[in-house]
Amino acid sequence: MGNVLEVRSLSKSFGGIRAVRDVSFDLKRGEFLALIGPNGAGKTTCFNMLNGYLRPDTGSVKLLGRELVGIPPRKVWRMGVGRTFQITETFRSMTVLENVQMALISHNRRIFDLFSKATALYRDEALKLLELIGMAAQADRPCAELAYGDLKQLELAIALAHDPDLLLMDEPTAGMAPNERIALMQLTADIVARGHVSVIFTEHDMDVVFAHSHRILVLNRGELIAEGTGDEIRANALVQEVYLGGGSLFHEKETAHA
Amino acid sequence: MGFYLAQLLTGLANASSLFLIACGLSIIFGVTRIVNFAHGSFYMLGAYLSYTLVTHLSALGALGFWGGVLVSALLVGVIGLLVEVLILRRIYRAPELFQLVATFGILLIIEDAALAIWGAQDLLGPRAPGLSKAVRILGEPIPQYDLALIVIGPVVLGLIWLIFHRTRWGVLVRAATQDREMVGALGVNQALLFSSAFFLGSVMAGLGGALQIPREAVNLNMDLSVIGDAFVVVVIGGMGSVTGAFIAAVLISVLNAFAVLVFPQISLVLPFIVMALVLVVRPYGLLGKPGSEKGAPADPEAPLRPLNPAGRLAMGAVVVILALVPLVSADFTMILLVDVLIAVLFAASLHFIMGTGGMISFGHAAYFGVGAYAAALVVKWLGLSMVPAMIVAPVASGLAALVFGWFCVRLSGVYLGMLTLAAAQIVWGVTFQWQDVTGGDDGIIGVWPAKWASSETAYFYLALVLCAGGVWLLRRAAHAPFGYMLRGIRDSEIRAEAIGVDTRFHQWMAFTFAGTLAGLAGVVSAFAKGSVFPDVLNISSSIDALIMVLLGGIHTLLGPLLGASVFVLIESWVTRLEYWRFIFGLIILGVVLIAPDGLAGALSRLLAFLKARIRPGTDTKKEALHGQRS
Amino acid sequence: MLEVRELNSQYGGAKILHGVTMTLGANEVVALLGRNGAGKSTTMKSIMGMVRQKSGSVLYEGAEMLGRPSHVICRAGVGYVPEERRIFKELTVEENLSVGKREKRADAPEWTLDHLYTLFPNLKERRRNLGKHLSGGEQQMLTIARTLMGNPKVVLLDEPSEGIAPVIVEQMAHVIAELKREGLSVLISEQNLHFARLVSDRAYIIEKGQMRYEGTFAELDAQPEVSAKYLAV
Repeated sequence: MGNVLEVRSLSKSFGGIRAVRDVSFDLKRGEFLALIGPNGAGKTTCFNMLNGYLRPDTGSVKLLGRELVGIPPRKVWRMGVGRTFQITETFRSMTVLENVQMALISHNRRIFDLFSKATALYRDEALKLLELIGMAAQADRPCAELAYGDLKQLELAIALAHDPDLLLMDEPTAGMAPNERIALMQLTADIVARGHVSVIFTEHDMDVVFAHSHRILVLNRGELIAEGTGDEIRANALVQEVYLGGGSLFHEKETAHA
Repeated sequence: MGFYLAQLLTGLANASSLFLIACGLSIIFGVTRIVNFAHGSFYMLGAYLSYTLVTHLSALGALGFWGGVLVSALLVGVIGLLVEVLILRRIYRAPELFQLVATFGILLIIEDAALAIWGAQDLLGPRAPGLSKAVRILGEPIPQYDLALIVIGPVVLGLIWLIFHRTRWGVLVRAATQDREMVGALGVNQALLFSSAFFLGSVMAGLGGALQIPREAVNLNMDLSVIGDAFVVVVIGGMGSVTGAFIAAVLISVLNAFAVLVFPQISLVLPFIVMALVLVVRPYGLLGKPGSEKGAPADPEAPLRPLNPAGRLAMGAVVVILALVPLVSADFTMILLVDVLIAVLFAASLHFIMGTGGMISFGHAAYFGVGAYAAALVVKWLGLSMVPAMIVAPVASGLAALVFGWFCVRLSGVYLGMLTLAAAQIVWGVTFQWQDVTGGDDGIIGVWPAKWASSETAYFYLALVLCAGGVWLLRRAAHAPFGYMLRGIRDSEIRAEAIGVDTRFHQWMAFTFAGTLAGLAGVVSAFAKGSVFPDVLNISSSIDALIMVLLGGIHTLLGPLLGASVFVLIESWVTRLEYWRFIFGLIILGVVLIAPDGLAGALSRLLAFLKARIRPGTDTKKEALHGQRS
Repeated sequence: MLEVRELNSQYGGAKILHGVTMTLGANEVVALLGRNGAGKSTTMKSIMGMVRQKSGSVLYEGAEMLGRPSHVICRAGVGYVPEERRIFKELTVEENLSVGKREKRADAPEWTLDHLYTLFPNLKERRRNLGKHLSGGEQQMLTIARTLMGNPKVVLLDEPSEGIAPVIVEQMAHVIAELKREGLSVLISEQNLHFARLVSDRAYIIEKGQMRYEGTFAELDAQPEVSAKYLAV
């Protein structure tokens, strides 16, 4: 299968500091790709260049052959890129269902409709999406009442509303309990397994990264320092040194138990 | 050459007094996040107090003058402290608009108090002993007092900078400007810090006013006339930045000193034009920081629910009752009811951008006024009759909103509010000064309705149809995708952008839509009164609209309807009294302190309470959380 | 040191804590475990006087703290490190630290700048930089150092390991060990059971605003169903 995304020599500097240097990679359809690295390695900068929030100094990002650089985020979304946020961004004064409906209303280009009742539009489609992520029972709850984990899940439903080719998830499990993390990423993996959507995610929880990703990219000081499967990355000495740590944490734990 | 230098020096002297007022405002905003209209009152009180003190101490010469000035500034500080401790301290957690309206209430009270103490006539203060003459520089006479002021401004700036960077108190104030709660958790007594910052800010305002007495006559309009310029300076400099305020004060005053040479009428609008330009380039002002525009975080609103059958019935009943009024009542009741209808549409249109859209507008009167003036102008100059005028006017205000809205939606929070204020002031200034076309202060008279609508009854029905229709349109839009997405942008701009919405464009259209309907209210008002005057455009009428929305409750669509009705009824009663501002100010403070969620909120709490009384066991909290009826 | 009894807290209409009871002994490190939204942060904020609607009792060295403003609680000797790295971004590192500075306490270790700089060497290098120019890990360290400037006897650490790279998490573990060595009592809230086990003496588990478990990690390990149910590991 062909590449959904082709990233070529992406670079970005902030006031003389090179946050991202010459990053290139490809993403196949149906691939689940993790982007990891220490804080400040340039993951978020990289991400924001993929979804249009930042304009790279140099380089190109092609989605199914179409250039994304220089296109504002809202248009990147229309071209088929969905995203979830590290800190959830939802419409807190609306219900769960309404949140998904808004994405559908926008997708169908009806946001300037002055007369229809918004809550009556695309109800069934929105409910189907909520069923897909297992939140149909909470459809009518106000968003502001939801637990954090549920909000993260809702974001996934919103991001899938326009049937994207590419889904970008920035630290999708940050702030969730361990089993919620597993459930959310399992859900995402199931959706990826259907073969249509490709996912790139950043993550600090290595269990999540190693459990689900097909391939892992490691960034350090703005540069891609490693790329490979979970086993390859775990065995990579450079990655261990800059990011995974010498394992002293786990070592101490063992001595503490002994 | 000498002439230009003289202009420059006059500009710099003005800059110093403007800076004194503005830096106090900026300090207070930075720490307490309160947009303090009463700051203008502190300035005015400083002038009045120093007039009294300096006159009494004139025997002491220079010591009497400077001593009087300093003591007045300190007295104003104490008054500010009292205001903070007695009133503002209770509303730090309230939404920022409540605080703003509360400070406006304080302004009204102080204005009437000053009227009672010092009377309505202008008071000309004594000159500063030893500085009463002019020196010649390059042949031009420069008042010595101006030169003293030019020195005082930078000296005060230096002192404040030292306080903020070299004292622990200053570091704490700067920390509190960024995260008040955290400063408290680190052991700092917030209440004390706020009060002391408020004291310092008030002293600066008092000092600014006190130093002004040799330059201008003390009068009761000083409060509102200075507050507009002070806001502009604070906003251009960046809210919370004292150095920024200084730069902005110099920029405005010097530009003004030269601009009046070319175009004498410009002084009323120039600061606002400069502010609009600066904000478009730097949305947080010259030295402001992103995030500094935000007030206290608000609790999320409950989801919008359509009106239940009982509610629909009630709304229908209100319209039917209104339609039957002419059968039983006298003309003056109908005139009052027309006022109510106009106010309801005006407030509902403001609520659309402010409540639904989350965009604060301190200048909504601009669009109401443009509607009224557009109608009056086409009647006067083109000889059009009422119906075409009623079509032209909303289009004109829609266009005005389109133009100003383009600038405004680029900003958020208080900055946005200030820019809307600037827009309104520009329209007001142009109307006021362009005498040949608008009649200036004399307004335009003879704007009468068509013959068929000229009886009180006929015009009442016309107003009912137009205003109820406008309100219906606004409500419909609020429940439609347009209004929902507007609310979505308010909740999370990032999320809206991430689902393909051009958020600025959407807000721009909403601004224009609301402006058009405000214009409709304006034209109905123009033909009801038969005349238009510039005061429909001034700060007070913008604030009236804000009060109506807040009085009713900003979190429900019914709020503005309720608030506007009650407001007009109270106003028509209170303004007959002598010290009506005082009473009105008290009413405002009462509402803010007792019913911070507005009448609609208070009403729903009362209903929930009664329900719980009748059916014990029902959870009132749950009822209240159930959702806003709209 | 700290004794929380029947603590109830709510925000607006939403009740978050239902009768939370717990203790923190002298020179003890206790972990408060639970999922996101379980009530860990609210417990800490309630102890610290940062939640307005609450009832019950928070005794610190036998004195009632409930209903007192947070600055009084801080001055009594309770330090609070918030979860969102709430440093003062427009202040320098040194100014940030000076905001936290309080008088020396006879019965608690005194943290001088020098001592803190040896514990957090990065901060020394960057002492003239503005807070906003620090990396996420450095900001996390600064929040802790700033609280220590108040010479507290008890430290509340809200989610110290959340959202930071594994290497920094290791450093965090060393810092907590150092606090214990200095004689402080520490309450940390955590979702990460491994990290909590590594640094603390015993644990509480909170779920939906109620205490579900109290005991040592050895006891917790003996009941895997407990952690499975409430922590879902």
